[in-house]
This record gives sequence, C-alpha cells and structure tokens, in this order.
Amino acid sequence: MSVLVIAEQRNGALREAALEAMTAGRELADALDGECTAVLLGGPGIEDEAEALGRHGADNVLVASDDALAGYAPESYTEVLGRLIEERGPKAVVFAASALGKDLAPRVAARIGAGLASDVTELGSQDGGLYAVRPVYAGKALLRVGFKDSPALASIRPRAYSAQENPRDGQVEKVDVELDPERKRSEVRVEEGEKKGRPDVAEAEAIVSGGRGMQGPENWNLLEDLAEALGPKTGLGASRAVVDAGWRPHSEQVGQTGKVVSPPLYIAIGISGAIQHLAGMRTARCIVAINKDPEAPIFKVADYGIVGDAFEIVPRLSEEIKKLRSEG
Amino acid sequence: MNIIVCVKRVPDSEIRVAIADDGKTLDSQGIKYVLNPYDEFAVEEALKLRETAGEGDVTVMTLGSDDAKETLRTTLAMGADQAVLLKGEPSVDGLGTAEKLAEAIRDRECDLVLFGKQAIDDDNLQVPAMVAELLGLPCATVVVELEVSDGKLEAKREIEGAHELVRFELPGVVAAQKGLNEPRYASLKGIMQAKKKPLEEVDVGTVESRLEVLELKKPEERSGGVIVGEGPDAVPTLLQKLREEAKVL
Ligand SMILES: Cc1cc2nc3c(=O)[nH]c(=O)nc-3n(C[C@H](O)[C@H](O)[C@H](O)COP(=O)(O)OP(=O)(O)OC[C@H]3O[C@@H](n4cnc5c(N)ncnc54)[C@H](O)[C@@H]3O)c2cc1C
Ligand SMILES: Nc1ncnc2c1ncn2[C@@H]1O[C@H](COP(=O)(O)O)[C@@H](O)[C@H]1O
Repeated sequence: MSVLVIAEQRNGALREAALEAMTAGRELADALDGECTAVLLGGPGIEDEAEALGRHGADNVLVASDDALAGYAPESYTEVLGRLIEERGPKAVVFAASALGKDLAPRVAARIGAGLASDVTELGSQDGGLYAVRPVYAGKALLRVGFKDSPALASIRPRAYSAQENPRDGQVEKVDVELDPERKRSEVRVEEGEKKGRPDVAEAEAIVSGGRGMQGPENWNLLEDLAEALGPKTGLGASRAVVDAGWRPHSEQVGQTGKVVSPPLYIAIGISGAIQHLAGMRTARCIVAINKDPEAPIFKVADYGIVGDAFEIVPRLSEEIKKLRSEG
Repeated sequence: MNIIVCVKRVPDSEIRVAIADDGKTLDSQGIKYVLNPYDEFAVEEALKLRETAGEGDVTVMTLGSDDAKETLRTTLAMGADQAVLLKGEPSVDGLGTAEKLAEAIRDRECDLVLFGKQAIDDDNLQVPAMVAELLGLPCATVVVELEVSDGKLEAKREIEGAHELVRFELPGVVAAQKGLNEPRYASLKGIMQAKKKPLEEVDVGTVESRLEVLELKKPEERSGGVIVGEGPDAVPTLLQKLREEAKVL
C-alpha cells in the first residue's frame, strides 16, 4: 500500500472533505505508481459508504466498525489508526484538514512519531521524496516542505482539491477493532447547532460575505437570498467588523482571526478589503466585489467588481441568477 | 490548581511578509514580535481558573530563543507566577516542539496544560494534541467555552456547523480558540512585578524536525482590478463573465 486516506464521516455519512482527501490521495498514489487505500471508521453499517470511496479512487477500503467508533472518539480513533499504519506501512497518510482532521492528525503523528504537514494545498512526489505546500502567516506566504521519513502525514485543506470520480475496485476489507479501555480518556458528544441549512464557510462551494457596508443584521436577508439563488452549497461569510458588532456569529468570520477559505467563488459585499480580511480569502479561485467606494482595496484583489450600492445591486444579482438557473 | 500555559513568540499579524535571501525563511528585519494572539486566551483562562480556585500556580513555558524571554515577561506582567524558557529552535512540524514541551511538563506537577489553538506564524495547529498524546492526557482543541469543577472539565469546541462537548477528568490539555474570554492587559504594577518573578532557563538540546523547509515564497499576486461597471445595470455583464470567463456559475 502506498497511500492511506482517512475518510471522515459524520452521523454515518461521508463528508465532502473525505472525498477531497480521497482525490488528493489518489493523485499521490498515481504519482507513486501505487495503491490507494481508504480507511472508514464508524458505527455498524458504515461499510455502506465504501462504494463512494471506490468511485473516487480507492483500490481498497479498510472498514473498522464498532459502536465505540460511531462518533468521533479521539483516543479510540488514534489507537485504531496508529495500529493500522504501523501494520500496513503506507508511504503517506492523508487526512482532511477539517475540525476532526485537525484534532486527529496530530494525535496520530505523535503516536507513531511521524512528520505531519497541516492544511496542505498541494501534495506530491519529487526526486523520490514527498513534499507538501501549505499556506503560512495566514496565507501571506506559501511553505514548501519535504518529508524526511516515511510515513508522511498530511491534512488537506478543504476545497484545495475538488472531489473527482475515478472508479476503482473499492474492495472492502473488515479490520478488527480492539480497543484498550485504559486509553479512553474523554467523552465527546456532538451538540448540533440550530440547523442553518448552510454549509460552514470553510467547506462552502461559494461564499456570500457581508461587511459593515451592509449596515445592520436586519439586511442579511439580501445576502441569504443571494446564497439561496446560488444553491445549497453556498455559505455565508462576514468581516470581523460585522462579527465584532454582533451582527453575525464568529463561525462566519473570514480572515486572519476567522477562517481561511478557498472556495471557487467568493462574493465580498460592503467589505473594504483590509489586509486581515484578504488573508482569509485571497486563495479563492474567483473573487467578486461589490462596494460603493471605487478606491476600496478589495477591488485590487477582485477578479470582477461592481461599484455601487449593495442594496440596489444584490437584489438584482439574486434575481438574475435565479433567472439563469430556471433557464438551466 | 496548578496550570502550565505554553506560549509562542510570533511575528505580529499585521506584518507584510518578505522572504529572506535563503528563500526559506522570513526576512525578520523590522518585524515586530508579539505573544501569539491565541495564547493570550490561554493565559487569560489560566489566570481566571487560578483566581476562581483561590490557590495554585500558573507557569508559562516556551520553546524558543533568548528573545522569547520578552514574550514570557509579557505573560508574567499579565499575572502568571513563573516562566520557563526551553532554549531551542522550534521544529518545522509540531512534533519536535511537542516532544520538548511534553518532556518539561512531565517533570512538573500540574492539573491542566493550556495552549492557543494555533501559532499564527506556522499555522500548524499541531502542538497541543501532540503534547496530550505524548503525555497520555485527554485533550480538547479549538475550545470556545470551558468549565472546570471538582477535578472535572467540560469544554465546548467548534466543529463545522455544530459544537462538540468534550468531558474528561483532570489532568488534561486544552487549546483555546478566540471567544473563550477577553484577555486582560498588563497593568503598570504587573509590568513592574514581572521583573522580579522567576524565569528559569533550560537547555533542551537539538529539537528534531521531521519535515524540512524546501522553499518559502509569496503567493502569486492576484491581478484583479477589473471593474465591470457601476450600479445594478452592471449585473448582466458580471454574470456573463462569471459564466464564460471564470466558469463558476
Ligand atoms: C489583529 C487583527 C486581526 C483581524 N482579523 C480580521 C479577520 O479575521 N477578518 C476581518 O474581516 N477583519 C479582521 N481584522 C479587521 C480588519 O482590519 C478590518 O477592520 C475589517 O475587515 C473591516 O471590516 P469591513 O470591511 O466590513 O468594514 P469597513 O472597513 O468599515 O468597510 C465597509 C465597506 O463597505 C462599503 N460600503 C458602505 N456602504 C455600502 C453600500 N451601501 N454598498 C456597498 N458598499 C458599501 C464601504 O465603502 C467600505 O469599503 C483584523 C484586525 C486586526 C488588527
Ligand atoms: N515553540 C513553542 N513553545 C511553546 N508553545 C508552543 C510553541 N509552539 C507552539 N506552541 C503552543 O502550541 C499552540 C499551537 O501551535 P501550532 O501547533 O504551532 O499551531 C500555540 O498556540 C502554543 O500554545
């Protein structure tokens, strides 16, 4: 086995980030001329998710199912993965840099004494070694690191790779789950937030982001309409000024002290484009800015801008997108 | 309640990044260094817990160069009782640093080890969970709410679209996210007192890095700057460009 991909699930369903990690893992395995194996940890029945992993490039899928693994159980997950990695000896282990992956990958790295590159936007092999590229200094620089030893551990930044179908066998192999009760040291329970029905900014395919120019939380319905028009994978973002004013929750803040995002489309509305905000969204593939001030710094990074009043432009934009969508 | 807080000295968040001639490191000329902002939340939480408990000791610890003493003094001025400087160069990945911190923590008696969730220079988000694993301690990362009583801890951590509640018995490890508290400023009195507080220096030898830096570079500047028009009438042109040029619709 050359590449092992940790396939994340929540409530028994694979997450988009798992398929992105799968895609990164498949690409690396191809570069190494090797096999790509996925691992699924979950409760009984989790093997049903193996098919999607095969479709996205898994030659094999190792399934560790046990009631104790249904939800995220940090010590148990670490124990199962640590053992699997030691037994199977992959050259690389790929995680998603999701909330779970960012918590789990360092534990596994410490467990097996391996080097970990976090929040990676590019993973590859060159001159017989593995390397990773990752943003540092809040995205103001890119660091290229080489792994000195095997296995190389990496967590892949959400949206850095887009999930690609690439059908392989996805041969399911059940692995024994033996857990040492001594190791379990914490209880973890998920507390579902109020269902917003919108994806987290870090994972959204498009982000509609509002700044102080929106003038108050009561005007967010305009942004919600636009997100609605763009589709269910569109998330809502905000500048820090908006979060500090209490208009929107901190979980929506984009930037240096919020989330760093790389969606295909980022629409900044009434956001001036301060350096700390840019740090969080400059790696978006396409940036659109709507601002009434033609001198606003956001226009220097935006691919497309419209100068004018958001209260006039945004409703029109939502309307035209809906029209486009209904025409198909 | 004895608490250890691990802190790091990092370049200020407002710096403009310039790359040194070696093509691998930050050009440190003219750069202002500060206490890692997330570590401020960790220090604040430690001080609050000590105050609530009415007893105990807060020790701040860093792995770094002599310059990091200034950072330690900052936390002493906020109210920490003593500081430890582990003299060494932090590793490229988190593990080397975590190993040295874990070793030093193991030798001390403590109920809780606090961290920031992330250092804003390397953005690794690794060290806290690694230290926990190395010490065999339970751990909660990215924590926005914390309650400690009767030797039990409950932490709320951020995950996508929800929260996780993590419960464990002390001793344990917690990494602080923004929102946990409002860090205090050092008072003038605090700054004066800090000068007299103990600062221990320990030589820790070589810190192992499992990763090596191949290159540090600036991301490509975005060309940007195309204003498609003014007011709502520009919307159709924008949509046409989003569909045909950018292909994002
Ligand atoms: C250590 C540190 C960390 C920080 N971290 C972050 C971070 O993570 N994220 C972040 O966003 N910021 C961060 N900031 C804050 C940042 O410096 C800016 O203050 C903030 O981003 C400004 O938010 P804004 O663009 O919404 O508001 P403003 O700068 O006030 O801009 C509002 C914009 O709206 C436009 N406008 C007004 N009315 C309209 C209208 N009717 N139609 C269209 N446009 C209109 C104005 O022309 C203006 O450009 C940080 C700052 C510091 C010091
Ligand atoms: N050199 C260091 N010395 C002490 N603590 C550190 C050091 N590096 C990181 N930490 C701690 O670990 C947290 C996460 O850092 P990182 O894993 O580098 O993002 C920081 O907020 C600090 O609390």
